[in-house]
Amino acid sequence: MCLAIPGRLVETSREDGMAMGKVDFGGTRKSVCLEHVPDAQVGDYVLVHVGFALSRIDEAEAHRVFEFLESMKALEELEVPSP
Amino acid sequence: MKFIDEYRDGRAARQLIEAIAKTATRPWVIMEVCGGQTHTIVKYGLDEVLPEGVELVHGPGCPVCVTSLEMIDRAHAIASRPEVIFCSFGDMLRVPGSRGDLLSLKSRGADVRVVYSPLDAVALAAKNPARPVVFFAIGFETTAPANAMAVRVAHARRLSNFSVLVSHVLVPPSISAILQSPGNRVQAFLGPGHVCTVMGTSEYEPLARHYRVPIVVTGFEPVDMLEGVLRAVRQLEAGRAEVEIAYGRAVRAAGNPDARKLIDEVFEVCDRKWRGVGTIPKSGYRLRWEYRDHDAERRFEVEDIQTCESAACISGLVLRGIKKPRDCSAFGKECTPQTPLGATMVSSEGACAAYYAYGRHLESRAPRAEV
Repeated sequence: MCLAIPGRLVETSREDGMAMGKVDFGGTRKSVCLEHVPDAQVGDYVLVHVGFALSRIDEAEAHRVFEFLESMKALEELEVPSP
Repeated sequence: MKFIDEYRDGRAARQLIEAIAKTATRPWVIMEVCGGQTHTIVKYGLDEVLPEGVELVHGPGCPVCVTSLEMIDRAHAIASRPEVIFCSFGDMLRVPGSRGDLLSLKSRGADVRVVYSPLDAVALAAKNPARPVVFFAIGFETTAPANAMAVRVAHARRLSNFSVLVSHVLVPPSISAILQSPGNRVQAFLGPGHVCTVMGTSEYEPLARHYRVPIVVTGFEPVDMLEGVLRAVRQLEAGRAEVEIAYGRAVRAAGNPDARKLIDEVFEVCDRKWRGVGTIPKSGYRLRWEYRDHDAERRFEVEDIQTCESAACISGLVLRGIKKPRDCSAFGKECTPQTPLGATMVSSEGACAAYYAYGRHLESRAPRAEV
C-alpha cells in the first residue's frame, strides 16, 4: 500500500493551478502531481505514490550503499596477509 | 528500471549477509514495520538467509490489513446506496466485511470504482455533479498528502458532492503500542521508508531514546532491507539506540515539509481502532472541522454496526511480532487469501498472505538456505 516507485520526470505543466508532470516508469508514462517536489526538474528521478511525487531521488545517496560495499571489499583485501 | 534493479543485485546482497554474520554475536529480534518490506522479505526469502539468531518479525504496516471491520462495513453500507459512486484503491475492494467485500457489491450492481489516485476520484465528482462521490481514504502517512490534496482541491472547487471516508493510521503510536505490549520481543525496528519520506525522522527520535531501540529507516528492495538489518545489528551490538536513515536516496531527516504542511491543514490526529490490535490512542487522522462537509461519516448515516471477528485468528499477535503465521492452526487451512479470517491475511502485504503467496503454508519449517 505504501508502494512508491521511482520514475524519470519528462514533462512539467500546470493544471487547475496545480504543478503536474509526466513521469516515465521504464516505458509507462503517468500523470503525476508535483506540488510537493518544487525543486524537481525535467530529467530528475522522483518517487511516486498514488499519483503524487513524494521526493526527488538523491543520486549521490543512491550510490552510497555500493560505495560502502566496495570499501568493505577493499578493507578485506587489506586484511589478506602478505605472502 | 533505474533505482530498482541495482537494489536487487545478488552479489551486493551476499556481501551484506556476510557482513551481518560477522557483526552479530548473539540473537536479535528485528521488526520491519511496513507490509511492503514484509513482502520483499518473504518474496526473496531474506529471513531464511540471515545468520542463525538474527530474526525478522513482521509489523503492523499494512493499512489495508489494519482497517477495522466496522469501517469496512461502513464503506459497504455507503457504497450500497444506489446514488453513490464509491471509489477506492484496488486492494481495499477484496477485503471481506461482515456482509461480503466491495467487489461483490459491484457485481450486484453498486457503482464501485477503482482509482489509481485520489485526484481521479475528485475528477469523477466534477464529471458527475448530480451524484455523491465517496473516496475511501485509507493509508499511513505516505498516502496522507495525496488524500489531503484531494480534499483541498474538491473544497476549493466547491465540489460539494465529493466526500471521503477517512480511516488513516499513523506509524509512531503503533511502535509504542508494540513496545508496551506484554510479551514484546522486538529489539530494533526497520523503519518505514516511505512514511519517513513524508514525515521525516523527528517523531522516531523520542521512541528510540525512550524505549532504547535502534530505528533504521529502510527502503523496500532486498539490498535496502539487508543494509537496514546490518545497521540495526551494528547498533544492537554496540549498545546504541539511535535513528538512522538507510534510505537516503528518498528520505531526508525533515521529511517533505510541503507535504506535512498540507496534511496538517486538512487532517487532525484522533484515536483509531486497528483491526487485530484494538484502539490505539492518537494513532489516526480525521478531517479537520473546516472540511467537515467532505466527511462521508457525517454525510451518510449508517445504522449501528455489529461485527464479529474469528476466534481462531491470531493476527493481533502476528502484527505485534509475538507470533508468526505458521504458529496459527488456521493458517493455510480455514484461513487463506480467498477465505481470510483476519487482518494479516486480507491483503497481499499482510504477513500471513505473503507467507501463503510464497508457499510457506506447504512447508512444515522452511529449510535454511546456504549463503
